[in-house]
Amino acid sequence: MNINFTLISQAIAFSVFIWFTVRFVWPPLLRAIEERQKTIADGLAAGERGRHELELASQRSSTVLKEAKQQAAEIILQAEKRASEIIEEAKKAAKEESGRIVAGAKAEIEHEVFSAKETLRYQVAELAVAGAAKILRREVDSKVHADLLSAIQEDLK
Amino acid sequence: MASEIELTPSSYIDHHLTYLTAQIREGSFWVLHVDTLVTSVILGMLSLGFIWLVVRKATSGVPSKTQAFVELAVDFIDKEVKNIFHGNRHTLVAPMALTVFVWILMMNTMDILPIDITAKILENVFGLHNWKIVPTTDINTTFALALSVWILMLFFNVKVKGLGGWLHELFCTPFGKSPAVWILNLLFNFIEYVSKPLSHSLRLFGNIYAGEVIFLLLGMWAATGISGTVFGAILGAGWAIFHILVVTLQAFIFMMLTVVYIAMAHESH
Repeated sequence: MNINFTLISQAIAFSVFIWFTVRFVWPPLLRAIEERQKTIADGLAAGERGRHELELASQRSSTVLKEAKQQAAEIILQAEKRASEIIEEAKKAAKEESGRIVAGAKAEIEHEVFSAKETLRYQVAELAVAGAAKILRREVDSKVHADLLSAIQEDLK
Repeated sequence: MASEIELTPSSYIDHHLTYLTAQIREGSFWVLHVDTLVTSVILGMLSLGFIWLVVRKATSGVPSKTQAFVELAVDFIDKEVKNIFHGNRHTLVAPMALTVFVWILMMNTMDILPIDITAKILENVFGLHNWKIVPTTDINTTFALALSVWILMLFFNVKVKGLGGWLHELFCTPFGKSPAVWILNLLFNFIEYVSKPLSHSLRLFGNIYAGEVIFLLLGMWAATGISGTVFGAILGAGWAIFHILVVTLQAFIFMMLTVVYIAMAHESH
């Protein structure tokens, strides 16, 4: 247990080892650790940013959804209004059309009535002529008396 | 063991506590403990070289298991240093703490190797008689480390505070600026500066040396027969397990004191 030259040799070894660590061991490892810390910090920040953006997006989507719902409701309302308008218009058109049809029918009926009357008159005139002929007991030459007959017919009309 | 020597307890212990020496010059100081120096340098090169090899390929991405282990150790030391030392620790203090911790831990751990088996291997395979494998049981090692730290401490005292500032501190702390207590202050600081390297080195030396001696005493149970050998082996295993704690704790304490002393040199009172 005596102090001797070993002390100096050990001190030299110690200084060499310290120099070695300071020069070669510490800096690269420190750099690697610091870089990794930076990467992790960046990653965490990016994650935080992503979370924030997600929150914003969900907020935005909910407002968009709300607007869309509102618009849909408006559209439905307008459509209902339009539908009732269309129905009203259709009703009006139908009424007009029916009126027209009725008027046409009436005119036709009148025309039919008129032509029926005409036919009847004609037939009545013929019957009257025939009757007159029977009464006169003589042949009325329709060819000879055509103008007379037509005059009678004309009167009967 | 050399069979020509009579095997007594004291010869056994003496044998294991003898250094392999080389006489460099005349005089009792110029003796070199070759075993201490070579073992400690090999251990330092192995441990720091291992860390260096890992660090050389260090990535800032996902680390390998080895790199993660090294980083864990380095980060642990870096945190301890950061708590104590408030200057730029990366230029010297933190790497120095790493060196001290790793190197002393390696040297202390040699204590756990079975002493007779390693002695046998060293003697029969390498032909080395009297090779002490635990460098920290050599007071020269612990003093070398503590004195290096002490010199760094003085250097930083002067560098940070200036020679005048340091002298001022020597005379005016801890009791005050009054000239009446100058001598007392100086005496106080002198005792502090002497006791620091002494306690620093002797704490490590004492713990590891005592551990070594206890291993030797437990080893002597083998002289009493089979049952004694078993008993000694069980006790030795227990002591070795306990010693894992001591070995690590002493390396850690030495490192912490190194950092504390250098940090104190940086701080004005």
